[in-house]
Amino acid sequence: MTAVENEKSTVTVTLNGVEIEANPGELLIDAAERHGTYIPRFCYHSRMKPVGMCRMCLVEVDSGRGPALQPSCMIPVGEGMTVDTESEATKKAQDGVLEFLLINHPLDCPVCDKGGECPLQDQTVAFGPGESRFVEEKRHYEKPIPISDTVYLDRERCILCDRCTRFADDVAGDTLIHFMDRGNSTQVNTFPDEPFASYFSGNTVQICPVGALTAKPYRFKARPWDLEETISTAWIDSVGSRVTVQSSRNQVLRLLGVDADSVNWGWLSDKERFGFEALNSEDRLTAPMVRVDGRLESTGWAPALAAATDALRDVDPARIGVIGGARLTNESQYAWTKLAKGVLGTDNVDAQLGDGLPVEAVLGLPRATINQACTPGGTVILVGPDPKEDLGALFLRLRHAVVNDGTTLIELTPTRTGLSTIAGHSLHPKPGEVDLLAAALVDAVSGDARDAAGVPADAIAAAAAAISGPVTVVLGRASIAESAAITVDAAIALSQLEGVGFLSALRRGNVHGALDMGMAPGLLPGRVPLSTGCDAFDQVPTETGMDTIAMLEAAAAGDLDVLVLLGSDPLSDAPDADLAERGLAGAGTVIAVEMLPNASTLTHADLVLAAAAPTEVEGTFTNLEGRMSVAEQKVTPSGTSRADWMIAAELALRLGADLGVESPESIRAEIAAVSPVHAELTEAALADGRVEGVLISGSSIQAPTASGSSTPANDAYSLRLVAARRMYDNGTMLQASASSAGLAASVKVTLNPADFEKLGLDAGTVVKVISGRGELMAPLAADFGVPTGSAMIPANAPGSNANTLIDASASVTDVRVERA
Amino acid sequence: MSYFNADNLETAHEIISRYPRKKSALIPLLHLAQEQEGWVTDDAMRQIAELTDTTPAEVKGTGSFYEMFKFHPVGTYMINVCTNLACQLLGGEELLAHAEETLGIKAGGTTADGMFTIEDVECIAACTEAPCLQVNYRYKLRLTTDDLDQLIDDIRNGRATDIPEHGTLGLVRQHVPADAGAGIVAPEQATERPVWLARNDAVAEGGEG
Amino acid sequence: MPTYDYVPHAPGYVDNDGPKIVTSRFVHEDSHTLERYEATNGYEGLHRALDRTPADVHEEVRDAVVLGRGGAGFPAGVKWGFMPPGKFPYYLVVNGDESEPGTYKDRLLMERDPHQLIEGCLITCYALGLSQCFLYVRGEMPAAQENLAQALNEAYAKGYVGKNIMGTEFSVDITLTWGAGAYIVGEETALIESLEGNRGMPRLKPPFFPAAIGLYGQPTIVNNVETLSNLPWLLVNGSEQYKAHGSEASPGSRMVTVSGHVNRPGVFEIEQGVTTFRDLFYGDNFCRGIRNDNELKMFVPGGGSAPWFFPEQLDLPLEGRTVGAEGSMLGSGAIMVMDETTDAVKAALRLVRFYARESCGKCTPCREGTTWEERILQRILDGEGRPSDIDKLLDIADNISPGPYPVAADPSQGLAAVPFPPKQTTICPLGPSSVAPITSTIRRFRHEYEAKITKRDSIPVMAAPMSSDPVEVG
Repeated sequence: MTAVENEKSTVTVTLNGVEIEANPGELLIDAAERHGTYIPRFCYHSRMKPVGMCRMCLVEVDSGRGPALQPSCMIPVGEGMTVDTESEATKKAQDGVLEFLLINHPLDCPVCDKGGECPLQDQTVAFGPGESRFVEEKRHYEKPIPISDTVYLDRERCILCDRCTRFADDVAGDTLIHFMDRGNSTQVNTFPDEPFASYFSGNTVQICPVGALTAKPYRFKARPWDLEETISTAWIDSVGSRVTVQSSRNQVLRLLGVDADSVNWGWLSDKERFGFEALNSEDRLTAPMVRVDGRLESTGWAPALAAATDALRDVDPARIGVIGGARLTNESQYAWTKLAKGVLGTDNVDAQLGDGLPVEAVLGLPRATINQACTPGGTVILVGPDPKEDLGALFLRLRHAVVNDGTTLIELTPTRTGLSTIAGHSLHPKPGEVDLLAAALVDAVSGDARDAAGVPADAIAAAAAAISGPVTVVLGRASIAESAAITVDAAIALSQLEGVGFLSALRRGNVHGALDMGMAPGLLPGRVPLSTGCDAFDQVPTETGMDTIAMLEAAAAGDLDVLVLLGSDPLSDAPDADLAERGLAGAGTVIAVEMLPNASTLTHADLVLAAAAPTEVEGTFTNLEGRMSVAEQKVTPSGTSRADWMIAAELALRLGADLGVESPESIRAEIAAVSPVHAELTEAALADGRVEGVLISGSSIQAPTASGSSTPANDAYSLRLVAARRMYDNGTMLQASASSAGLAASVKVTLNPADFEKLGLDAGTVVKVISGRGELMAPLAADFGVPTGSAMIPANAPGSNANTLIDASASVTDVRVERA
Repeated sequence: MSYFNADNLETAHEIISRYPRKKSALIPLLHLAQEQEGWVTDDAMRQIAELTDTTPAEVKGTGSFYEMFKFHPVGTYMINVCTNLACQLLGGEELLAHAEETLGIKAGGTTADGMFTIEDVECIAACTEAPCLQVNYRYKLRLTTDDLDQLIDDIRNGRATDIPEHGTLGLVRQHVPADAGAGIVAPEQATERPVWLARNDAVAEGGEG
Repeated sequence: MPTYDYVPHAPGYVDNDGPKIVTSRFVHEDSHTLERYEATNGYEGLHRALDRTPADVHEEVRDAVVLGRGGAGFPAGVKWGFMPPGKFPYYLVVNGDESEPGTYKDRLLMERDPHQLIEGCLITCYALGLSQCFLYVRGEMPAAQENLAQALNEAYAKGYVGKNIMGTEFSVDITLTWGAGAYIVGEETALIESLEGNRGMPRLKPPFFPAAIGLYGQPTIVNNVETLSNLPWLLVNGSEQYKAHGSEASPGSRMVTVSGHVNRPGVFEIEQGVTTFRDLFYGDNFCRGIRNDNELKMFVPGGGSAPWFFPEQLDLPLEGRTVGAEGSMLGSGAIMVMDETTDAVKAALRLVRFYARESCGKCTPCREGTTWEERILQRILDGEGRPSDIDKLLDIADNISPGPYPVAADPSQGLAAVPFPPKQTTICPLGPSSVAPITSTIRRFRHEYEAKITKRDSIPVMAAPMSSDPVEVG
């Protein structure tokens, strides 16, 4: 028997006279809670480092030298420890702390948003003194001050627990709020004129144990006891953060993060948290619309569906295209795939807008989960967008892993990211050459280091030497100005690393569900190619269809009679705005299925079918890991809008086909029956995975093959374009969210200051940026995080969109920058 | 956005170079900022944040914990009267009251001409010489109210040449010649045992032999 | 007979015929210069240390039982042994943030004999393999900063500090750094926080003491200025000579500061564990009696945090263990003497106010409790006290420091001493320290409180209204 086997795997602690088994290293407060004894606390939060400062969790602990009051949030369990959470001494200490907290806390519970769900209030009602012994004047501060566009701070209510400030510093890395002053004058505040402009500020409101922090979208909207809630999944991005959706009087009022161990740990980006505002916006489509004399006008469902059916009937399947679908639930995606591929017979279906990755790169490589990426001692190689901008909750998980768990981060990104300050190695290849850098990194692992993509050999060798433990590649498109093939080639190179897994960083809400449901050319539900067929479909296209770029090109050439925009906006989101415009103009009938009108709908849709929102339908989503989780209906659909799957079923019926779908549950049953990867999916499994979701693994898709393309050199006078997404952009959903709309920064052209001199320009100068495709005007900004020779322009920013410059048929886009 | 003048910026870099972590220089840099202007401006904190890889909120969060840092203009001469127990027993509070009356301001206030600020402070470590005070942290011991009047008069008339303006502390700075330093030791860089500890091994071996 | 008295260039220091382990050079006006230091056995201790093995030097210090002079009185040689082996680098942090009310011996040591401190640092770094030393001086002491900076610059120039010290392979840098006004930074974990550029808020210990996890997470020795200043003499004269001074439990000398109502207040170097409070207050070598021949009413025997003593305790020697058993502590040697004219409530309020102003704000009981105590005491002094205030004060105190609080015996009431230290609901002892003046004075002079109380409990005073500010609807 080895020594290890001899060791006890648990620690025995006597808790209130009963022996319990705790995990070694576990904090006393957690061990007690797991065994049914809740020790009151205000500063302790299980996802943050304990600070032991509120002193509410003091309990009597005897570690062999007699009982002493100890903060249970700071004390790890010890073998033989005796703990009394109910002793006289414990109770006196806790009552004392509670009284101390209350002496300066205002008695404004009746007008406080936290009233009814306030730990301090609950504790006081349960155990507090009947009346106050404090007869002096309470501490006064100016009543709530806005510390950002979204968050208000009431310092009189604050009990200085350090939760918000710890979150800002330790979790988000945005140390913009801080304790100021000392002792009894200590307060949380921002630096003058530097607001708490964090993408994650809403988390501080959620974890505030009193009503000191409140968020604008919820202030004075409801009382907690009037709220109904259901567990669901955030739909804004592909992380699939678990949330509770809370509503009152049939209106969604608040989203709170749910602590799913495998996903978001309770955290949300503000975009996920406050994005529900768009669903309540006045712009919501409440009825179908039809274009009459160039203008969209409301109409009834019967004429709208009739018009859509007329447009689709008897059309050559090759002349029908469907763009979009990432907004839909898995069930609606399945219904639409069945309509398009099984009824209409077209394979021209693409849930991505030319800004994503081919199916093979997402489903054809070994996949990793978020937890695998965050393995302590493991390595993350980032080949993709800045997670802080695109996938907020994933950013927080990765940041935690790197800062606290010794995970090594190696960035192969065109510019500095939100993780660069903590990354072990930040290598910035010349835009369009990340494939060369990835190949060089792999070769360096086996000892053959060389310069690549403008990155010196020693930097690559150092990064290669740092690779340890399980390796996860976070894979996505860092820039829509370079072709997907370059990213795919990088992935192929990195797939040679031993035991590597890939975590997709495609951004749109349910884009991974869309792929699983077959919404890509050549694909059928269940991660299978067309050739596998589908038993539930009357027919299956035999030829692989067109992707979004090809569809737009065909439409521009007059070769597409019907184009369905399934919650998509090619004008704003497709990399090539010029192509999108020509495609939409050249398509025969454009049918949009939408919640909110967008640029493409407003200018080009002939018919708009009003779709219900994620909180208005029942269904499931699939996140970037392939994890499926429920999205429950919380409120009724806006106006006469309908669930997307109902619209598909209705169109099919009118075309003489029966999709055979009656409810989301019946669709799930059909998915489980036809999809090899969903064979184990049952309602019971989904119910068990109410918090953590159900991971769908396996795939029949082949790994991608190298493109063999090479990136041309740019001339000395031009800069290579990097077009990256920002958290806050001109997106339809964001702009329809009242409290977030103003947060998108207007477009700037960011260069390395070293390039300024070469161009004879300065920061702030308004410049004209010219490509072979188009031009835009914007002021210049400086950032050493942008490599020389590159120009960074955000995609879809208010003002000008970088996609007006991009030629989707070229592998990279070079631009000239001139004084305007 | 630059706050420090050229000399002080050089000093700032030298100070930072003496710590394994830049943030450790935060308090000395706040002193340097206060020395330059007599108080700590927002611009100063922004530059200190840049120099130490922190945020302005962190700089102010640390700085505002310490009462020597002033975030608004104060008098050229800061008179800190101790009223803690040892001084209280021998007239510290009366001395403070006299100062307040003479200058027409309350503790915490600054005279209209910007010359004086009075503070009611805790023990300044000269307890046997009570009652005592510091002017810009220079001691004045066993003061009578007449002594205080004389002191104020001296300052007003430029005779207090031993007292630099508020913000200046020690007049001599540490300076380590480049070739004389052992080198700062950062945790991640020095995980090896210091060489001289090998002397312990030699004896241990010798003892065994 | 020589007439020992004040030394003009070291105001407050009294040169008498006591031991001269750390103050031997104070009589010289140029005691802070390298020239004087070298002329008076300077750096000889380091020289002798370098001729021995580091382990041997550590053993010498352990053997001498050099008690920490910062307040806690823990033996330095033992503290040095707590560092986990092999977890390099190790750091030395010198605690020169002397702020305890009534104390200023460290300031004198830094101002008057900076090289002695530097030499003590070097001996420590050599003995323990410490890779860098940070000398943290209180912000309000520019003269100490100046003299230490000057001394370090001289010492670097002469090769006493820095690379290859005295031509050996021993190399260490000393970084002079300074604070900015916060009493709590004298607490060693708060000092480390401050040195890392943070707010000086104490860290919880246990589980981790600085010797295990300190500056930048590395093993760190935090020693007081006076403690380290003992080492050069110790290395020159040896532990046997050192132990010839003082008592068996408390060898060597110690510096004490006696202030308040005595005829000759001063800073004295005394035989540790031998000299009694009576010797100090009334002895011709020391304070020469209470002013105006008044009666002694009470005294603070060891800094603002020490429970108070009364005439009954005058014959106790200044010995840590004895004083602890009698209900108080010696702390950093700050003794404040109060005669019969002193208002006990007013004096208690002044120290309570000190703790309220110096609370870091981290732990709820200290942040809220000390201010509450101060406000009640102020109210009593202002003539707004109510009968329930006295028990309320004691109960608030009990919520900061639960259980019987250390107090001196009171033979007149037949009450025994409660030994030091107190229990605490806070991380550090600052909050519990505020209880000392309250319990000390209420137990002994309750009648003085009662005499000041003028209001009945049934009369509402200063009701605490809710904020009348309109709530902003945003």
